[in-house]
Amino acid sequence: MKHKRYEKIGEDLYFGQLRNGLNVNVVTKPGFRLSYAVFATNYGGAHRRFSLGGKMHATPAGVAHFLEHKMFDMPDGDNALSVLSANGAQPNAFTSSGMTAYFFDCTSGFEENLRMLLKFVSTPYFTQETVDKEQGIIGQEICMVEDNPGYVVYNRLMRMLYEFNPIRDQVAGSIESIAEITAETLYNCHKAFYAPSNMTLCVAGDCDPEEIFAIADELLPREKAEIPKADMGQPESEKPIRSYNEEQMEVSAPQYLIGAKVTPARDGDALLRQKIVAQLALRTVFGTSAKFYNRLYSEGVLNRDYDYEIDYTAGTATIMLGGESPDPQRVLSEINAELAEVFANGLDTELFEAAKRASFGSRLRGLEDFDSLCLSLADGVFGSYCALDAFEVLESVEKGECEDFLKAFMTPDRLAMSVISPVKA
Amino acid sequence: METVRKEILPGVWLTALENDKFKTGCLSISLLTQLDRETAAMNALIPYVLRRGSRNHTDMQALATELDGLYGSYIEPVVRKIGEIQCIGFLASFADDKYLPDGSGVFESIANLCGEILLAPCTKGGLLLPEYVDSEKDKLLDSIRSRLNDKRAWALHRLIEQMCCYEPFAVSRLGTEDTAENIYYQKLTKHYRSLIMTCPIEIFYCGSLGADTVAEKLSDAFSGMPRGEIDYDIGTDIRMNAVEESVREFNDELSVTQGKLVMGYRLGDCMEDPDIAALYVFNAVFGGCVTSKLFMNVREKLSLCYYASSLVDLHKGLMIVSSGVDFDKFGAAKDEICAQLDAIKRGEVTDDELLAAKKSVASDLRATLDSQYNLEGFYLANTIDGLDFDPEELAEAVECVELQAVVDIANSVVGDAVYYLRGNGEEDSDEA
Repeated sequence: MKHKRYEKIGEDLYFGQLRNGLNVNVVTKPGFRLSYAVFATNYGGAHRRFSLGGKMHATPAGVAHFLEHKMFDMPDGDNALSVLSANGAQPNAFTSSGMTAYFFDCTSGFEENLRMLLKFVSTPYFTQETVDKEQGIIGQEICMVEDNPGYVVYNRLMRMLYEFNPIRDQVAGSIESIAEITAETLYNCHKAFYAPSNMTLCVAGDCDPEEIFAIADELLPREKAEIPKADMGQPESEKPIRSYNEEQMEVSAPQYLIGAKVTPARDGDALLRQKIVAQLALRTVFGTSAKFYNRLYSEGVLNRDYDYEIDYTAGTATIMLGGESPDPQRVLSEINAELAEVFANGLDTELFEAAKRASFGSRLRGLEDFDSLCLSLADGVFGSYCALDAFEVLESVEKGECEDFLKAFMTPDRLAMSVISPVKA
Repeated sequence: METVRKEILPGVWLTALENDKFKTGCLSISLLTQLDRETAAMNALIPYVLRRGSRNHTDMQALATELDGLYGSYIEPVVRKIGEIQCIGFLASFADDKYLPDGSGVFESIANLCGEILLAPCTKGGLLLPEYVDSEKDKLLDSIRSRLNDKRAWALHRLIEQMCCYEPFAVSRLGTEDTAENIYYQKLTKHYRSLIMTCPIEIFYCGSLGADTVAEKLSDAFSGMPRGEIDYDIGTDIRMNAVEESVREFNDELSVTQGKLVMGYRLGDCMEDPDIAALYVFNAVFGGCVTSKLFMNVREKLSLCYYASSLVDLHKGLMIVSSGVDFDKFGAAKDEICAQLDAIKRGEVTDDELLAAKKSVASDLRATLDSQYNLEGFYLANTIDGLDFDPEELAEAVECVELQAVVDIANSVVGDAVYYLRGNGEEDSDEA
């Protein structure tokens, strides 16, 4: 276990790798009642084809998410969700395209809850009967998201941007694909992806790091297993497959999401730096202090729910800007006009420096939220960097890097737009 | 954590929590006013119009630039409904001085900027700018209409609107579409001026500064506030019984693939002298957490719903059960939800169920102490309800709740209305 003090932001990080390959990060938070732990695997909805033991394996869409639902069943007939809750913890889990995470927070009994978390996530127990029953529950979940315009507008954008990467499909799979999942599929995928070497444990709270390392060492398998290598499909082209899609749903006004693919930096410091450069570039041009936002908000083209982000997951990176607008086409053309100006004249120096200061404050705020802090540490483990280094990196980012980023990834031919418009009477 | 409460100007109360474990500080300003159908939309519009520009920062970009310079601080409009009180104002968050490279005095700048936004709007001839009012009015209308986009929230809203149709509570926090459409800048300016004069104002601060320093800076920042006779005569009317003898049913049809079933109850006679701790525990036993009867039975055991949970509104004395259901399971789900409530009425709650519920509620309350925003909400609600305890004290009370108190509450609860969100032209076969 190593210790690093981040003086400027007043944080202490304890980190290290156990013999079985598990990476552990603990941020101590003196004075806080709440403790938070996430145990996550580098395995999500997009990890459908993978090589392991010299062989290629193909699995149906939705296994990672199905596993997440079934992991809570324990061999003694108990349900880990209930056991943790009965102990006063707030447990939950999610599956994204690139990660499955199990987590809890609590204000007492942290070590006992941590033991439970590590135990249930590392103990597979499935029967065909419970798998069959879960197919019904997940089937409902799959249908339900099709009523959610936020999901639909996102999914259709992914389908336009990505031709091969499974990120274009629903994480939960389809009614047909989950019908192929058996107890054996779940056991095999658990074995492949839930080995400590493919996982991380991240904790924040007023806790004893040594104890956490000791508990993880005691409870988890000893051997260091081979890490499966995912095949996300053929390399994607730089441009979208299609640039526009529109569908109708029961919504009050058009919902839009505009996106562009970014070629993600491989890993390590380069990846962290690219993330920060991307966020800063977007904030400078499309943030709430930028003239783009203020002008279009005043004109009624952008709305209260306008937002933008760059999302890194499952070997992809995607820029997204979206919200509600009476005129999504206008938003798209204004984005292009704004970018054309940046490409010609560069970023406004004053705005860039202000964005940098503001970004520091936002990141500082992020440290108060244990959930987002621990998940960003977990992302860092899977990307081979330390999320707390972001503050240092931010200070060193230069305007030219942000300009180069926008020029590389946000030219008009790289943008696609997904629209959900109200059902026509 | 020491809590200091004092009146810094007539009818302007500060609640200050000094604490240095956070890296950011939090400041909120809330004007309290009676929720009313005629004025709710105007009230909801005011903080958004004020946030468009002030005398010295005449547009949003000027304000945003100022806030960026203060290390990404924010001051955002907030509109809430707590019982039948509408709370409008601003919530600010800012980095604590000790983490800033060149930094001190961010709090003072934020306090002054809040004062400026609230008291010195950008005006022309003494009136709020028509272009800001019209633009924000359109956005308010968009927000009101966009409730439709989230079907779960929409179903909840539709139940309350119809179940409480004879009470101000039916009005949502943003007001109604028809009243929003009729807002003009002259009328809005007049209304704004009267709110500033008469509303009780609650200010909340949590951060590393001492209460005296905070009070002093805020007194300066708000010193120009014209105060008249403060309207303390505001409150929430709690209805104890159902509106009609039998439970009323309401339906909507939309083009959706999954149905929503929402059931509304009055908490009943137990609200005469509410035992807050026991009410929270009752809700956790019934449907408020993952060990609850609704979650364990209706969702997990019987798979009747994708989600099924309950919430209690202690300000208004309501309980709402919310669930996502296949159209052909409406009847079965409703019967099972009723059966679970009946079980509590008969005292069929195991020791484990009760203990888990108590732990869940107590843990939530203690976690409040670690979040400035949750603390802000906790103290504002407490002030409005005239309660005086901190989260730790309430958590301790929760741990002492006995089963009989939970059973008594279950027996006090009265079903008042049921709402179904159905698909277009769906026939549900097993309707009870």
